[in-house]
Amino acid sequence: MANVFASIGEWVNERAPGLAPVYRKHMTEYYAPKNFNLWYYFGSLAMLVLVNQIVTGIFLTMNYNPSAAGAFDSVQYIMRDVEWGWLIRYMHSTGASLFFVVVFLHMFRGMMYGSYKKPRELVWLLGMLIFLALMAEAFMGYVLPWGNMSFWGAKVIISLFGTIPYIGNTLVEWIMGDFLPGDATLNRFFALHVIALPIVLLLLVVLHLAALHEVGSNNPDGVDVKHGPKGNRWGANAPVDGIPFHPYYTVKDLFGVGFFLIIAAFIIFFAPTFGGWFLEHDNSIMANNLVTPAEIKPVWYFTPFYAIVRMIPSFAGTAVWGVLAMFGSIAVLFLLPWFDRGQVKSIRYRGTGYKVALTLFVIAFFGLGAVGAGITAEVIPAWFGNVDLTVWENAFGRTMTLIYFGFFAFLWAYTYFGWEKTKPVPDRVTMHD
Amino acid sequence: MGREPFLTHQVPESLMANEVVDHGRRRFLTTATAVVGGVGIVSAAVPFIKSWEPSARAKAAGAPVTQSLKKIEPGQQLIVGWRSLPVFIVNRTPAQLAALPKQDPRLVDPKSDGTSADQQPKYAQNETRSIKPEWLVMVGICTHLGCVPNYVGEMKPEPFDPNWQGGYYCPCHHSRYDMAGRVYQGVPAPKNMEIPPYHFIDDTTVQIGVGPEGAA
Amino acid sequence: MTKPTLLMKRILPAVALVVGLLLAGQPAARAEDGGQLMASGSNVRDQASLQRGAKLFFNYCVGCHSLKYMRYSRIADDLGLTEQQVMQNLNFTGAKFGEPVISHMPEEDATKWFGKAPPDLSLEVSAKTADWVYTYLNTFYLDPKSPIGWNNTTLPNAAMPFPLWELQGQQTAVMKSGTDEVEKLELTHPGKLTPAQYQQATRDLVNFLEYVSEPAALQRHHYGIWVMLFLVLFTLLAYVLKKEYWKDVH
Repeated sequence: MANVFASIGEWVNERAPGLAPVYRKHMTEYYAPKNFNLWYYFGSLAMLVLVNQIVTGIFLTMNYNPSAAGAFDSVQYIMRDVEWGWLIRYMHSTGASLFFVVVFLHMFRGMMYGSYKKPRELVWLLGMLIFLALMAEAFMGYVLPWGNMSFWGAKVIISLFGTIPYIGNTLVEWIMGDFLPGDATLNRFFALHVIALPIVLLLLVVLHLAALHEVGSNNPDGVDVKHGPKGNRWGANAPVDGIPFHPYYTVKDLFGVGFFLIIAAFIIFFAPTFGGWFLEHDNSIMANNLVTPAEIKPVWYFTPFYAIVRMIPSFAGTAVWGVLAMFGSIAVLFLLPWFDRGQVKSIRYRGTGYKVALTLFVIAFFGLGAVGAGITAEVIPAWFGNVDLTVWENAFGRTMTLIYFGFFAFLWAYTYFGWEKTKPVPDRVTMHD
Repeated sequence: MGREPFLTHQVPESLMANEVVDHGRRRFLTTATAVVGGVGIVSAAVPFIKSWEPSARAKAAGAPVTQSLKKIEPGQQLIVGWRSLPVFIVNRTPAQLAALPKQDPRLVDPKSDGTSADQQPKYAQNETRSIKPEWLVMVGICTHLGCVPNYVGEMKPEPFDPNWQGGYYCPCHHSRYDMAGRVYQGVPAPKNMEIPPYHFIDDTTVQIGVGPEGAA
Repeated sequence: MTKPTLLMKRILPAVALVVGLLLAGQPAARAEDGGQLMASGSNVRDQASLQRGAKLFFNYCVGCHSLKYMRYSRIADDLGLTEQQVMQNLNFTGAKFGEPVISHMPEEDATKWFGKAPPDLSLEVSAKTADWVYTYLNTFYLDPKSPIGWNNTTLPNAAMPFPLWELQGQQTAVMKSGTDEVEKLELTHPGKLTPAQYQQATRDLVNFLEYVSEPAALQRHHYGIWVMLFLVLFTLLAYVLKKEYWKDVH
């Protein structure tokens, strides 16, 4: 059997000799640091989920009807009448949420180990663009079932753009193609969600990987393996602490895929709505522009960012500040390589102040998520009784917002003024597992 | 190791004295994982492929159709829709029925047991290609390229056949069939027109889509 | 990774996360008086219950409420009934076997009589949760002030008259002293069923509606077990394969 593959390989190689070096460069002779840990699974898992979204998405498109009159019914048609339609739909909806779980963890790895620092700023920027595109893709995808939360979520998020002075209202009408989210909006979101953004996402992923392979992968110790000592058991010029990506990381990622699929399968087959977090109850009701759901809140992966919008008050006659803050919360992530002036990459060797700051950042992210998801709105009266909910929630949420942005301000000052006391970084990777 | 360009990887060269790469075990495990993984991928593909099968909505729309025969006069044809196909129901006259055996020498497959063996259920594999002799129930699609043939029931000379004994004439490429839907020799169409599954609920009601109980 | 670390670092946190989030859940709706919902105890895998629930639905509900996404043929398949059983005992709408359940209550008339057209119930349990629907069906009471004579503590001023009063009997409200607030409901006229029997009946009905909300639930549990077992096998194999190759890495 291997001989058959080898012969085909040789046939192709004679006719396209440029391919084999590419394969070697990116697989068998791409030397990745040997100390990758748990946090390093999420890149390949993100690619797996992307493939899942595309394949299940294509099959959903075969039966979905992108009109305001027919969309909701077509989803029920898929769930009930199309053979195995329910499975394809659940794979797609679960995949969407898991995409964000994986991507958040993937980004956090980058923050912990300084993977955004020189020379990988471009990898980080491309990754942030992927994140932006993913958020847009997910937002539009959520509108497509045309449930009541789809409609109202769309209305609220689009109206955020209405806060921009002077052009706001025109902009909102232009986005919707109507005076409220309707047929026109749904159709164009369908086109963007099914074709435009997936192409953009694929392109960005290719660039992201290309940029990474140019400079080589980082690692949990933040040690530069590419410019370190040379000579390992696979080649005299290879980095001493590097191992060929194929077969070692392909086989390790395969295990990661298996484990991840177990979790995904559990959700798909036994808890597809995930208690109303992945598929919301209000979306079982058709879009109705006259009846607002009891609580409009965004789907879970947008909750921290939406909370920021809510926490910034209006003044000077406009609510645009909250919207700017929300975009700002993503902009600061883009600029992370320039906020961080430190030389040490990995949290393992950074100052205590950094570890505390990053921990607080994570707490703030979850805290903001709790505000955005309406959890604080339930917990505060339950724990503290009849207090003024708005005052308490604002106090909590605004503190969390300050901590969120404060992390970047602190990081800049901490590293720029040299307050950080780092530990010596080893010149070889440490194998902890 | 060789220099095959793809699907190989490097094996560590400088093995330590106490290390031996067990290639056999690696080959076995890789194959085992690949096989199990392959089974997984194929199984995962099944729902996607099956999602192309007719949905419950399509099947409901293709449900059996019940039709009363009361208003169909002798010599008259009624066309009924079933699974988006036109189904001809004809109340054949005694004259039309009598003409049937005489057409046999002019037909491609008069007994419907040759090239047209798959064009009717067993209970319609007879001279009249029907359950009751006078009632023809037939899918009105020409077996050439799919047009709907015209019913020409009157037994009088026609431009396409001076000795016309009633039957069907397809406008597209001029294929001709007799009053049992059997194709004449020398026309483009290869087979007799199809008889769908059907049965009589009572003497004046027919249901198209389901055969008589116990019948093949 | 050594075995204990694998368990501690990967498996347990994942399990804890999943279980925790599931338990937290998202309540879909509350009783409007902020009260706790009664636990419906529904179980769509209890086929006998589904059959009883279906019978109740078609006898008491389909006069006004449609299940426009549910086909009679699907009910037959999933509830283990024959076409004849469904067409004779359940189909009062005159539909063909493959057609969906559409009530013949004219929408205009319903809006005139009740103020609001009776909603389609195909996704009611998805939207409100089984517990909510169960509680709703158990908290109707006679209200002389209401235009239709009935009210409901789970959905105050509901436009729906109570169709199951023959079975449950009639409840009246006991107000909190000196207020307009309902303190509790009392069964003042018993019905054909005892309270325990009525609760079981409504449990069956809610079970049926939960099934209608998501018929796929019956299949996904079944396939899920096999998929998980297969994936566990695959992951184990992949793990052994990984370990074998990583012997090379020091």
